[in-house]
Amino acid sequence: MSLIKTDKLSFDYIRRDEEGNVEAIVRAVDEVSLDIEQGDFIAILGHNGSGKSTFSKHLNAILMPTEGTVWVDGKDTGDSDNLWAIRETAGMVFQNPDNQIIGQIVEEDVGFGPENLGVETKEIWQRVEESLKAVGMWEYRKHSPNKLSGGQKQRVSIAGVLAMHPKCIVLDEPTAMLDPNGRYEVIRAARALNEVEKVTVILITHYMEEVIFADKVFVMDKGHIAMQGTPREIFSRVEELKAIHLDVPQVTMLAHELKKRGLNIPDGILTTEELVEALKKIR
Amino acid sequence: MSLIFNHVSHQYDPDAAIPVLALKDVNLKIEDGGFYGLIGHTGSGKSTLVQHMNGLLKPTAGEIYYEGRDICDKDFDIKSLRHEVGLVFQYPEHQLFEATVFEDVCFGPKNMGLSKKDAELRAFEALTQVGLDAEYFYASPFELSGGQKRRVAIAGVLAMKPKILILDEPTAGLDPKGRDDILNQIKKLHDEQGITIVLVSHSMEDVANYVDTIIVMNKGEVMYNDSPKNVFTHVEELEAIGLAAPSVTYIMRALSAQGFDVDLTATTTREAADTIINALSDRM
Repeated sequence: MSLIKTDKLSFDYIRRDEEGNVEAIVRAVDEVSLDIEQGDFIAILGHNGSGKSTFSKHLNAILMPTEGTVWVDGKDTGDSDNLWAIRETAGMVFQNPDNQIIGQIVEEDVGFGPENLGVETKEIWQRVEESLKAVGMWEYRKHSPNKLSGGQKQRVSIAGVLAMHPKCIVLDEPTAMLDPNGRYEVIRAARALNEVEKVTVILITHYMEEVIFADKVFVMDKGHIAMQGTPREIFSRVEELKAIHLDVPQVTMLAHELKKRGLNIPDGILTTEELVEALKKIR
Repeated sequence: MSLIFNHVSHQYDPDAAIPVLALKDVNLKIEDGGFYGLIGHTGSGKSTLVQHMNGLLKPTAGEIYYEGRDICDKDFDIKSLRHEVGLVFQYPEHQLFEATVFEDVCFGPKNMGLSKKDAELRAFEALTQVGLDAEYFYASPFELSGGQKRRVAIAGVLAMKPKILILDEPTAGLDPKGRDDILNQIKKLHDEQGITIVLVSHSMEDVANYVDTIIVMNKGEVMYNDSPKNVFTHVEELEAIGLAAPSVTYIMRALSAQGFDVDLTATTTREAADTIINALSDRM
């Protein structure tokens, strides 16, 4: 079975008045069925309010489905007996770096997760070292998190999840509050986890440049999966993406513009190198 | 009518054993009706600089002149400066606090001492200027989407009718559509109302697409103060200080390295497409 499987997952936000009567029901996720395989790098795209964050919160049982089922590593998230096992399998990193760090020093913060799982002290320190090295923050282990940049804090947050040895890390817009350098550092760390440590990565973002390395992209709109495919397949559909308020990487946009003006350029150009090659053929 | 920085320096802790200058000998002129982009790495002094523009911080050395008058003079009306130079902070939606959108936008003009009626007129005008649908005027700010909340926050500053509007990363955390909407709205304010805009941004693409002049800050100093085209020719220097040029600039360089005769100063998708088509037609 795949690492994560959802079957017709739906979720309603229910707003109640002071007496507890239902005022409004908003369906945030609507019948989403998908499979994510162990070791994949998955990106989930969607505009604000498309349901991508609500969906991702089902992957480690922060939210339970209103209808449908989610299985993480074969375990049903709706069954409360599975809660801890699921949270050990799938770790989450959120948008705001300042809301996720609790330790006084970096290495203590990273050790908090495994300590909470009851891991032996000696092994905790091993895991702290491995995790900090994996995200390139080992040299900062004795620093106070307060003095780190946003990108560094996010990498510490990722290390904190990694130290719990999850099979899967869900990153919910981890770069939204960072500057270009910080974004680059975090995405590089996420890719390293996937390629070197073989951790399944699920990256939720609306920076199109960050998803071109993904094995598979899901595009969400109005709670549905509107498109799925490889980055090249997805970014070949420029007009459709625009219609649901998304963008494509600037190089893809330029290729699309040139094609519209009559140049013979293939769809779904993702990198500068690909565009240069395509133009060389025309020359 | 302009804002002039004359050899401005700022030191956060004047008693510190090792003095650190957050601004170092900054000379700048913010011209009336300009559209400025302010870029710099985290910690480069951008925020310190904008907080000087409306007198939230005062220089520890040098002078700032607003419309020819030193803002540090004892008889300078600093309160009116804050009305005329509006500052929209990062994540301004965190500062919405009234029960309805409309009341929230009224807060600024009321605080300026305007009558209830005038304040309401201003609020109505400001909310219309940012393009918020009238159906949301009496909604709670918390019922709005992220992009809508941000418009309300911008309207709150616009209602004070500033001559200069400074926006600190107004598109952070918004999706591409929300980003384009906000930036187009800001451009409209500039083009139609003649408001001077200072846009603090991490996105080189946004800066390249919208502004006339880019101010690059590094370690508290102004490194470049020039048109986007000229600033983005300094790719290596920008990279060395943790910035970058727009993606298009890199594409132009890669093409040029392969012998295409393209304009290296193209910074937007349209300019790039134009120069590529030109380069190809020359050869055909």
